[in-house]
Amino acid sequence: MTTTVIDPPGRDFWGRASDVLWRTPRLLLFLMLTPPLMWLGVVYLGSLFALLAHSFFSIDEYSGLIRYELTLKSYAELFRAANLDIIIRTLTMAASVSVAAAVIAFPIAYFAARYARGRWKAAFYIGVMLPLWSSYLVKIYAWKLVLAKEGILNWLFSIFHLEWFLNLILATPVIGGNSLSFSYIGTFLVFVYVWLPFMILPIQAALERVPSNLLDASADLGAEPGQTFKKVILPLAFPGVIAGSIFTFSLTMGDYIVPQIIGTSRLFIGQAVYTQQGTAGNIPLAAAFSVVPIIIMGFYLWMAKRKGAFDAL
Amino acid sequence: MTAAVQFTGVSRHYGDVRAVDEIDLEIQPGEFFAMLGPSGSGKTTCLRLIAGFEQPTAGHIEIFGETAEGVPPYRRHVNTVFQDYALFPHMNVVENVAYGLMIAGASKAEQRARAEEALEMVKLAGYGERRPGQLSGGQRQRVALARAIVNRPKVLLLDEPLGALDLKLREAMQEELKDLQRKLGITFVFVTHDQGEALSMADRVAVFNDGKVMQVADPRELYERPRSRFVADFVGSSNVLSPEFAAQVAGRRMWASLRPEAVRLGRPGAGRVDARCVSLSYQGATTRASVVAGDQRLTVVGADLAVATGDRVSLTWDDEAVHPLGDPVE
Amino acid sequence: MRSSSESRAPLSLKVAATAGLLFLHLPILLIFVYAFTTEEKSYQWPPPGLTLDWLGVTWNRPDVWEALKLSLQVASISTVVALILGTLCAAAVSRSRFFGRETISLLVILPIALPGIITGIALRSAFAVGDIPFSFWTIVMGHATFCIVVVYNNAVARFRRMGGSLIEASYDLGANSFQTFRYVILPNISTALLAGGMLAFALSFDEVIVTTFTAGQQQTLPIWMLEELVRPRQRPVTNVVAMVVAIATFLPILGAYYLTREHNDNPASR
Repeated sequence: MTTTVIDPPGRDFWGRASDVLWRTPRLLLFLMLTPPLMWLGVVYLGSLFALLAHSFFSIDEYSGLIRYELTLKSYAELFRAANLDIIIRTLTMAASVSVAAAVIAFPIAYFAARYARGRWKAAFYIGVMLPLWSSYLVKIYAWKLVLAKEGILNWLFSIFHLEWFLNLILATPVIGGNSLSFSYIGTFLVFVYVWLPFMILPIQAALERVPSNLLDASADLGAEPGQTFKKVILPLAFPGVIAGSIFTFSLTMGDYIVPQIIGTSRLFIGQAVYTQQGTAGNIPLAAAFSVVPIIIMGFYLWMAKRKGAFDAL
Repeated sequence: MTAAVQFTGVSRHYGDVRAVDEIDLEIQPGEFFAMLGPSGSGKTTCLRLIAGFEQPTAGHIEIFGETAEGVPPYRRHVNTVFQDYALFPHMNVVENVAYGLMIAGASKAEQRARAEEALEMVKLAGYGERRPGQLSGGQRQRVALARAIVNRPKVLLLDEPLGALDLKLREAMQEELKDLQRKLGITFVFVTHDQGEALSMADRVAVFNDGKVMQVADPRELYERPRSRFVADFVGSSNVLSPEFAAQVAGRRMWASLRPEAVRLGRPGAGRVDARCVSLSYQGATTRASVVAGDQRLTVVGADLAVATGDRVSLTWDDEAVHPLGDPVE
Repeated sequence: MRSSSESRAPLSLKVAATAGLLFLHLPILLIFVYAFTTEEKSYQWPPPGLTLDWLGVTWNRPDVWEALKLSLQVASISTVVALILGTLCAAAVSRSRFFGRETISLLVILPIALPGIITGIALRSAFAVGDIPFSFWTIVMGHATFCIVVVYNNAVARFRRMGGSLIEASYDLGANSFQTFRYVILPNISTALLAGGMLAFALSFDEVIVTTFTAGQQQTLPIWMLEELVRPRQRPVTNVVAMVVAIATFLPILGAYYLTREHNDNPASR
């Protein structure tokens, strides 16, 4: 072995470079952070700001060109009856989708967290992960097939002689329509289906975090299973529900494809943004429309954080 | 003779926090040296200064006479056994142990031979193919030890090596470590907060508090003649006599220490001072009694204490048993 | 959350949970059936007959192959970019404390947290401002941006589990920074990177919202499908393509699951 206690500084490039990096840890940090920050900061944030900046400009009605003067005219446009309609429609859909998703997701998440073991647990996990990651368009397409007038759902209704029930639903004002494929109900169903996995996972995570001795303690103190559920499990699962609703709400608000494929011809925010910046060339108005979900989500996230939903993410 | 490790005026500051505050330390070659103290006392920081994971903000560090500041850990022939063992999970035991040799460019044959040799020294021969995840805590610790000693470092550092082991295992490992050190002859420096461990294993102990070294001495001197209240409190269960009490029984206002084994119990009035027994604790070979004399509380330890809780007793001791402590009296 | 007293679930719960799970999977399985139907003009159920012909027709459609090729290329490059940038960022955030660390963690999450349409038009207006024409690279830029998030999440989780003392141990035993990276850091994060890469690939392969804004005239497979959804040409061909895509995304997901699961069962350091 060598007789010295301290080796001399590195002789080759790697040795010397390593010594420099070790002596100045900030240099390493700088090297590591700059490329990703360049990308995210410049490309992403930059374009985001460009978009938001556009919302403070307006479009000249006659020339169709953007007038680069600061104004709140585009925001004022939002309050026109037709546009306000769009916003309210989207918010209502987002809220109802979140509620429905929570209701359907809860039994699945509850079963998976509390009773599933071993192989069943893995099966449930994959069973939720697969739809979560599988193709968004394929999922919408599948529902187009299901909801089609000649498709399987109508066929099932006719087999069980329930056409009258179907027509009753479709006749409901506002949410009904010509067929399931062209109605709010259809849009609603597809949204719930596509976002369901996003609701299941946070609820399951929150439920799994409930220590089992809490349930034992509750039983020990005299509560029946139903009471334990209502007073112990449900409140502890609630942050998970909120976390899931962040996803469902946000995703519904920004979506423009689902309503386009399955729904009435009335617009949602996503579609409004799409058409405004597309053919209409009205980027300021499109930007103003996009600010709405950003602000709503900002507020929603702030409320959720206060309720502790972030721990369940 | 050149010291193995020499600290001269070494400080390590983090902003306003002085983790290590102007420390002078000398560790002799071949000794088993302990750094003892409560958490936050600076002992671990000192260990990391020797290893090279920290750099001093002031002062000078020498290892066997060679300057160590500014030298990265991978250029020092100093190896560490980490508190959480830090075994590489993606390598088996032999690969773990031979890692240092592999980096140094030794041939596969030499790596294997010396790794096996090291594993035999820590009584883990034959465990080479296993993975860290398959080993118990005690076994992992031996692997960490083997991985460090296989490189024949000049100084071996151990960071709270026995903290996670249960009592029986801990006592067994204490003996093994001492054996190993004697066999290898390298300087061992280990950090612990357990005074029993420090006193039983080390040749010399440095007691740390608040970034400073309070006393450096061999275990016997530390236990029998602590130089300050802190050391007396921390190291042994030595009684600390308040200045008022010392004035009463020894004629001088001073802080003093008095070992529990040196106190004898008698009938009230028959000793230097009277006291009342407030609690008894049976320890197996000895009994511990806690007695109160006025404002002074004392612990008495003996093999056969003929006393019950609540009894009035008298306390006696030899003059030489009372040692003045260096703390100032206001 | 497992109570020792109740190990059997109530029947109603089992039924509800299974029904929910079936609800999630049946529609996609339906596509598999439709891929073989003989009915061409509508989505008639039950299918009048079954045939394998459409597989051949799809095979011979050049636009499908073009779209598929583009999707694969975009996904591959975006994944590579995301792997490099995501890992660098994850390493920096998890290993050191620096000013602005919390902000950076938030920044990296944004591309997935904000609705895709916002990312889409933000990028489009940026391209307009910079006078950058739509091309393969604009698509990649869009995809890489949210792929970074997926890789980052996986890498950060793995870095946190690795613990700093492994790196110190490597230094202590004589390895310099580069040797430490090669022999200790890389092997330990490799499975996380692989999982993150697979998920990023699947995400990019499937992405449509941001792509419509950054693609110009080109068609990735999802854009092709979107066109077919809005203006169907040959419905069964779309069915076949949908079925293939469903199967193709099944595999990386399963792979990523097994990769990240193994590490959960095997803690190797204390």
